[in-house]
Amino acid sequence: MSILRREMMQGLLGTGMIAAGTMLLGRDGLSADEIPVGSILDATGPINIYGLPMIDATRFAVDHINATGGVLGRKLRLIQTDCQSNNQIYAQNAVKLILEDKVAVLMGGITSASREAVRPMVDKYGALYFYNEQYEGGVCDKLVFCTGVTPAQQLGVLIPWAKKKYGKKVYTLAADYNYGHISADWVKVYLKEAGGELLGEEFIPLDVVNFDSVIQRLQTAKPDVVMSLLVGGNHIAFYRQFAAAGLKGRMAIVSATFGLGNEQVVLRPEEAQGLIVIYPYFQELDNPVNKEWVAAWHKRFGANYPYITDSACTVWNGWHIWAAAVDKAGSLDSKAVIAALESGIAFDSPEGHITLDPKSHHVVHSAHLAKVNDKHGFDILESFSNIAPVDTMKVCDLIANPNQHKQYTPKF
Amino acid sequence: MAPAGLSRAEFAIWLAAVVAVVGLPLLLPIFSVVQLTVFLIFCLLAVSLDLAWGLAGLLSFGHAAFFGVGGYAYGILALNGLATPAALLAGGIAGALLAGILGYVAFYGRVSTIFLAVMTLTVTLILLQVMGSTADPSYRIGAAVLGGYNGMTNIPSLALAAPFLPTIELGPAGFFRLVGGLLIVVVALGRLLTFAPFGRILATIRENEQRTELLGYDVRWRKLAIFAASGGVAGLAGGLFASWGSFVNPEVFSLGQSAQVVIWVLVGGRGLLYGAVVGALLVQALTQYLGAIGTAYTAFVLGLLMVAFVLALREGLVPTLLRLSRFLPWRNAPARSC
Amino acid sequence: MQHLLVNFIEGLFAIASLLLLSLGLAVIYGMMRVINLAQGEFVMLGAYTVLFTAAHGLGLWFGIVLAPVVVGIIGILVERSIIRFLYGRPLDTMLATWGLSLAFIAATTLIVGPTTEGVATPFQHLTIGEYSVATYNIFVIGIAAASFVLTWFLFRFTKIGLLVRATMQNAEMVAALGISPPRIYMLTFGFGSALAGLAGAVMAPLTGVVPTLGMAFIAKIFITVTVGSTAIFAGTLAASGVFGAIESVIAFLSTPIYGQVAMLLCALVLLRIAPQGITSLWRRQG
Repeated sequence: MSILRREMMQGLLGTGMIAAGTMLLGRDGLSADEIPVGSILDATGPINIYGLPMIDATRFAVDHINATGGVLGRKLRLIQTDCQSNNQIYAQNAVKLILEDKVAVLMGGITSASREAVRPMVDKYGALYFYNEQYEGGVCDKLVFCTGVTPAQQLGVLIPWAKKKYGKKVYTLAADYNYGHISADWVKVYLKEAGGELLGEEFIPLDVVNFDSVIQRLQTAKPDVVMSLLVGGNHIAFYRQFAAAGLKGRMAIVSATFGLGNEQVVLRPEEAQGLIVIYPYFQELDNPVNKEWVAAWHKRFGANYPYITDSACTVWNGWHIWAAAVDKAGSLDSKAVIAALESGIAFDSPEGHITLDPKSHHVVHSAHLAKVNDKHGFDILESFSNIAPVDTMKVCDLIANPNQHKQYTPKF
Repeated sequence: MAPAGLSRAEFAIWLAAVVAVVGLPLLLPIFSVVQLTVFLIFCLLAVSLDLAWGLAGLLSFGHAAFFGVGGYAYGILALNGLATPAALLAGGIAGALLAGILGYVAFYGRVSTIFLAVMTLTVTLILLQVMGSTADPSYRIGAAVLGGYNGMTNIPSLALAAPFLPTIELGPAGFFRLVGGLLIVVVALGRLLTFAPFGRILATIRENEQRTELLGYDVRWRKLAIFAASGGVAGLAGGLFASWGSFVNPEVFSLGQSAQVVIWVLVGGRGLLYGAVVGALLVQALTQYLGAIGTAYTAFVLGLLMVAFVLALREGLVPTLLRLSRFLPWRNAPARSC
Repeated sequence: MQHLLVNFIEGLFAIASLLLLSLGLAVIYGMMRVINLAQGEFVMLGAYTVLFTAAHGLGLWFGIVLAPVVVGIIGILVERSIIRFLYGRPLDTMLATWGLSLAFIAATTLIVGPTTEGVATPFQHLTIGEYSVATYNIFVIGIAAASFVLTWFLFRFTKIGLLVRATMQNAEMVAALGISPPRIYMLTFGFGSALAGLAGAVMAPLTGVVPTLGMAFIAKIFITVTVGSTAIFAGTLAASGVFGAIESVIAFLSTPIYGQVAMLLCALVLLRIAPQGITSLWRRQG
């Protein structure tokens, strides 16, 4: 009995471990000429509303780079992994791509939490990492490049414009997590600069669906403008309840986050029309690069694609900036590529002409103000170019102090 | 069901495990070692729940709370400069303290097992809300910014440091061996405990608490002790987890994490401690596999797995297999293990 | 003055919505001692029913009527296939229904995708002086009150209600009298699920309908029912009253998150001082 039991236990334990092990070992061979590149995004789970367009954009970008000669004359081999909206899987997949697949560059991460789960791994194993998504700013890491738009680039334009158009009394509603808090702080900075008045600010947890108390307080405060930094599926309820309470005519809503999750598609026009947003990219932008890009996108992914989001354009930007830097450096070695990136790279993106700021590793973006129309889309109102990411530039100079691996949070 | 003693076979298993832990890093590529390390950390977490649930019948839906508290404690202390081994120990103590407080309220208040399950779940939810709300940069303890949903990052990894001795950094292989070693030690101690007098009384508490009390044993401090120990091991696992990824965020308190721990022990089997290890490994591997083949079916399969096991394989895999192995011709003694 | 009236209505709304959401689980737990952690998913399925009818042009009201039927049927299927094997094993039912909850959410996500969908809120708003209150909220209060009264009436004055109460007290005697207790359990579980479906359908226009909708509610529902314990009507009403009021007041005074934390802490306290349920504070248990 004892021998069999031992064997059985061992067998079970061993099988378990081996099963676990073999799931992870073994990758099909690499064709000698191809460069492996890695992408970590969410195809499944709640974050996939942001992730799916980004995954499509990744595929689109890599194919485009390969079709136009590849990098250093070699084709890229994309290894796309699905992190299932789970930050621990982000960390695991990052390690796998870095250590096992030995990718030349790692791109991805959607929420800031996912990026912060990946960054320690990137730093630990010395890999190059691009984070291509809107976020709260402040990352200052020699190995990391953030191509998404940051609060200063949106709010710095939006707030003075809103004050001029609607009035100086503002009430902020922000999602209760890092992005919301830091953006709300920047609202205060820009509001002060513009001579506005903050009547109140509130932080709403991401899982709250009942905004009754919020709407009551709004009615008591009577602002001219509601500054919305709400995020996620649950927060859509606010716009609905706001309209149901009859407040649409009485206060304007401006937002730096509305639209990222295709809220304008989900809500009815009566609920969302007239809302003002600001992003570097809109599908409706009227410039030659974008017209061609949208046409190619629809040809590839179908003419009734829900909406090409700003995140998709950011991903496209990221891949092309990296490819340009590698070609400039003439090598895949991360140090050489980083040096090339820090020498100043420019790119003609569908959003407009953009450049990578060498010192902060962030992108100087265009910004377009738009209004939600009655056809589940946006009408562009005004366009601005060369809006610098001053929130990060103020604190981060990776050329003077290269040995940094952190995220700054602004002190006001 | 007569409890068996520790057989010689078990010592052989422990020896084999030690050999495996020492040898595997030499055979496997570095990525697999890193991957297996986190699997072993989860095995430790599963074992911690089994200590409470399997040995004493105390089902907790919120072991993620102790896990998370341990992780945060490790992170906060390590970021503030405390030597990492001490921070790890503190993580274990934090888990034990929280479990102790909850256990005190529950057991000395003489409330039912269902209440314990509800209470632990509630506490986990509260922790999730509270830790998630620390997004503002002003939430910090010393040099450690709590970071809200982003969590804390750049947490120093565990290094072997002792006063007056030079610090030894642990690479992936070293860390794997440390985690594996801790797992073996905890399982071994747990098994020894099962057959020690204290463990046998826990078994009787699990089977019939009233009768145990009528025999004159004070069940309250015993339940409290094992529950606190269980929380401590979970906290230790949390600290190791924070060290592994160099980060920790409020997701450790999520309902998903809580459910996972329960599923591991449910699938693997309660009471033997080996079941918890096997269950954690199998479910983790399954999850990994389902994710890798690009399906969204992971949560679906896990949910159905839970239902199926409760209905059909209530004891879990390892006890069932052991019981069935009795039918094999060369088994001569049909004694069933606890 | 107007301000207070608006606050009062909103507080009433918080209590009413909690009551409506919890009534189904209260019936199931009170009658059968089954702790159904998938109740949140029944709510979610009710919301999706409304979404479905609205998307196919059948309207919100038809959906509200249809949802209890649909979810009731799903509930009966669940009871037949899973729950009925687990009577008398409360921890096992918790585990199984938790697994079921995960499976439901995943299945719904696979079928509809995780994007939030929308059903617009009907009616406009009611103006009280300078403030306005969405009229739909008042409708919700009405539905909650009506459901509560009707359910109570059903259990107290009808034959089927009598049978259910008798089965709860002494199943063997009921069987001896020729009624089948398993069938009663099945119908009760179906009824409890139908109530959850109704709650989800009614709440759908107010929130975004996502597969994880149930998870936003399950903690509150669960705690309300655990504190209300087996006193289905008095207990659930009292617990909803206390928790709804606390959450509403604290949320208004500070932020929604403290409202939720306050509610959870209050639940812990109540569970500790009244483990038999909140009604034991003023009633003797029979």
